[in-house]
Amino acid sequence: MNNYPAIVVIAPLLGALFAGVAAWVEDRATYPIALASLGIAAAAAVNDLITVMISGPIQYNMAGWAPPMGIEYRIDGLNALVLVLITGIAFLNLVASYKNVQQETPDRSGSFYVMYLLFVVGLVGVVSTGDLFNLYVLIEITSLSSYTMIALGDKDRGAIASLNYIFIGVIGASFYLLGVGYIYIKTGSLNMADVAAMIPAMTESSTLLVAFILCIIGVWIKMALFPLHVWLPNAYAFAPVGFARIVAPLMTKVMVYVMVRLMVSVFGYDYIFTTLSLSDGVVWMGTIAILAGGIIALSQKNLKKMMTYIIVCEIGYMVGGAWLGNELGMTGAILHIVNDALMTFALFLAVGNMVYKLDRVDITDLQGLFAKMPWTMGGFVIAAFSIVGVPPTCGFFSKWYLILGAFEAGAYHFAAALLVSSLICAVLFFKVFEVCFFEPMSEGHGHGDDHGHGHDSHGEHAAVAIEEAPVASVITLAVVSVSLIVVGLYSGTIVDRIILPFLN
Amino acid sequence: MELITSIKPLLAVLVTLLVMPVLVSSSNKPNVREGWTFVAGTIKFLLVLSMLPVILDGNQIVFTLVKIAPGADIAFRVDPLGMMFALVASALYIVTSMYSIGYMRGLNEHGQTRFVTFFALAISATIGAAFSANLLTLYLFYEILSLATYPLVTHHQDANSRVSGRRYLTFILGTSIGLVLPAMIWCYHITGTLEFSGAGIFSGQLSKPHATVLLLMFVFGFAKAGIMPFHSWLPAAMVAPTPVSALLHAVAVVKVGVFSIVRVITGIFGIEFLSSFELGAVVAGIASVTILVSSAIALSQDEFKRRLAYSTIGQLSYIVLGAALLSPKGVTGGMLHIAMHAFGKITLFFCAGAIFVATGRKYLSQMVGIGYRMPVTMTAFLIGALSIIGLPPTGGFISKWYLVLGTLEGDQMVMLFVLLTSSLLNAAYFMPIFYRAFFCTPEEAMFERKVDEAPLMCVIPLVITALISFVLFFAPQPFLNLAAMAVKGFIGG
Repeated sequence: MNNYPAIVVIAPLLGALFAGVAAWVEDRATYPIALASLGIAAAAAVNDLITVMISGPIQYNMAGWAPPMGIEYRIDGLNALVLVLITGIAFLNLVASYKNVQQETPDRSGSFYVMYLLFVVGLVGVVSTGDLFNLYVLIEITSLSSYTMIALGDKDRGAIASLNYIFIGVIGASFYLLGVGYIYIKTGSLNMADVAAMIPAMTESSTLLVAFILCIIGVWIKMALFPLHVWLPNAYAFAPVGFARIVAPLMTKVMVYVMVRLMVSVFGYDYIFTTLSLSDGVVWMGTIAILAGGIIALSQKNLKKMMTYIIVCEIGYMVGGAWLGNELGMTGAILHIVNDALMTFALFLAVGNMVYKLDRVDITDLQGLFAKMPWTMGGFVIAAFSIVGVPPTCGFFSKWYLILGAFEAGAYHFAAALLVSSLICAVLFFKVFEVCFFEPMSEGHGHGDDHGHGHDSHGEHAAVAIEEAPVASVITLAVVSVSLIVVGLYSGTIVDRIILPFLN
Repeated sequence: MELITSIKPLLAVLVTLLVMPVLVSSSNKPNVREGWTFVAGTIKFLLVLSMLPVILDGNQIVFTLVKIAPGADIAFRVDPLGMMFALVASALYIVTSMYSIGYMRGLNEHGQTRFVTFFALAISATIGAAFSANLLTLYLFYEILSLATYPLVTHHQDANSRVSGRRYLTFILGTSIGLVLPAMIWCYHITGTLEFSGAGIFSGQLSKPHATVLLLMFVFGFAKAGIMPFHSWLPAAMVAPTPVSALLHAVAVVKVGVFSIVRVITGIFGIEFLSSFELGAVVAGIASVTILVSSAIALSQDEFKRRLAYSTIGQLSYIVLGAALLSPKGVTGGMLHIAMHAFGKITLFFCAGAIFVATGRKYLSQMVGIGYRMPVTMTAFLIGALSIIGLPPTGGFISKWYLVLGTLEGDQMVMLFVLLTSSLLNAAYFMPIFYRAFFCTPEEAMFERKVDEAPLMCVIPLVITALISFVLFFAPQPFLNLAAMAVKGFIGG
């Protein structure tokens, strides 16, 4: 039996422990430990994915206890993919954010890295586990560490944002826990596969219905589905950059993963779409989330806030897609988990770079940024195009599947919302680009070429010196931006080799 | 017909893309940078040219880059129509690069590295669109082209270009996301494929009303074609430096728009399918209105480039009209016009730019007597103008000839009337410019009678393109053969 599924979770957990101990002695020792443990976790996750693709799902019994009594980790195409995503992003972000952490929490970098690792432990655990109660425990590990991290952020408002998040987060978790309680009462089991096998026999049960609704609402609160999103913008905007960059792409996407897992692997399509026929209402909720998120994003004056509302908008894509009730919609939703994580990661990396140099990122602060930070802006532009859905970036291809799914389900309002949100995002990003490109108003002619003027150290923009973010951040952003295009070009492969085998 | 698999189409797209980092890194050495532009442009042209014999032998070249979904891969297919467009665009890229040197250095413009880099990206996207094997790939390059040209249109970075850039994107991106994307997904939803084929992809799944809506979504959605009422981005885009207006807004960008419409008419719907529903007349009607209205507006424009822009809007609709005639000669004429108009109009833009570089003037009312100061430029202007009007001895005559024959073939007298009226209007807005340049009293003349042309790098390109326009009258065969072969593929007759 290979132990890689466990290593993905254990490596950052042990890393957190060692880093915590090391922090007593020397703060600086925590960073390499964190880096190494996430590197190991990422390698193990890649190994899992390859194994799953070659020989099918892996079943792993924690500490050798057989399910349904023991906790089972079950790695199939879906979570192998998401695990690679989480560990990869967590690792890359650690590389990118070293200087940001020094800048923002210089005296507490040790505790930052410990909490960071615990946060990742929670995420990978949530994704790996095949046990409903274990899932709850790991969600709480994730949430508790993110409450702490957000409070580390903005001096004035970080604590308030964190408190808000705690209130709503606890409510969400309680909903989910209550739902799991009902499932346990009804089925006597907490193992997902075990519960899934019993559900077809009890579809008429009202206990099961209540359990389902409680679980799903709990997850919706945690993923910030409009109008349950109010905690998210402040929490993410006031968190320290190094943490915002990982919580924004991953936290909500992992909760979408949990929703998909509950729908596909626990309650089942037949129960949700045939017995309960819940599709229509939820797709409408997705539609409203998309439009509301987009419109509110459009009205924001701060770049960070704007990005957080884009997340609210994107959540609508995935919820709507998953609830269309057909394979195309679900394919689109799952593909969008991957794509959106990468896109938002790229966006927040870019925004983090800007914050590092500019401190404040109201849109009016971004004047002349194309000249000042060309590499950061390059990455930002690619990420923005991906959000808008310009091919060949990955955002286009998940949108493609989602719209096809909407056509097949006859949910034309959802298809229209997806198109409108593309347009809204185009307006929104070009509003930002305009400021970065046109202001301060250039004198137009007369700068001339550097040729013959004797300045050969700068590029052509003799007037503006390039002031880029730390090299590691810039390179990471470049890698992630290129990955947006590569993943886009290989969407067909991802769908054929990973998502479709999982759904069938 | 044989299908030959070869990586050449991909290479032709990539070569100017791969040179971009080199261009950026040599920003301090303009001559080296421009050298690389020429190297890439020449390789690109030669790659396209090397595929020509294969196409003329009646074969096609295919290459699949990646598989996305069945019937909708990212794939290239070189057919006669694509070949013709790619040939024109890649040849004119080299000429325009030369012109850019004269123009940009002549005016001491800022941001020249940014300019040549995005220019290279734009031409890559153009060739990609020309060689697209299916609608998805075409859409991909269409969008890349829209975004790559934004920094070129707004090159001056002043308040005026900001407003124009906004309008440019609103029209181009708004229609492609709002109309083409849903139309494309609708097609895929119905048929499960987006592959271009002469017979069309529909086999009875579309009723006439649905087909009409779908067709209109495409015709208006590809707003780069400048069909009214989605045309006003083109005059706005004239704030760009002239090389951009010349290559992109007379050849590459706008022709990608009409090319896409022709592709949809011939490859997605299929000529036969449209004839059976008599939908050609709908598109032809829309195109006719655009032709007449834009030509009339052009009459009243005093800014040289704006007049050319309105002229372009009209001429683009000739191509759409030709395709919409759905008759062999008409479609041939439409396709030929892609090439003929390109050489004629780029000459005119080069002339406008050359005058601006030499004298700083951009209004026609300030150009009285310019013929004595810039005789070479104004002679080239005459040839270009004749080609646009459609008079011998220029290439424009050939394409207009076929268009007129097409209307007769289809017995469409109204369209014949539209074409002839438009020719008169074209003459009415071009000929006075030439007349006023040479025929004026010494008191009226605004220039000294001393020859003082624009820099050589500006003049040589416009002479070249004027000569080509002239030669194409006597030797239209390469394009004519390609167009005839393409039509054979679409109609099978």
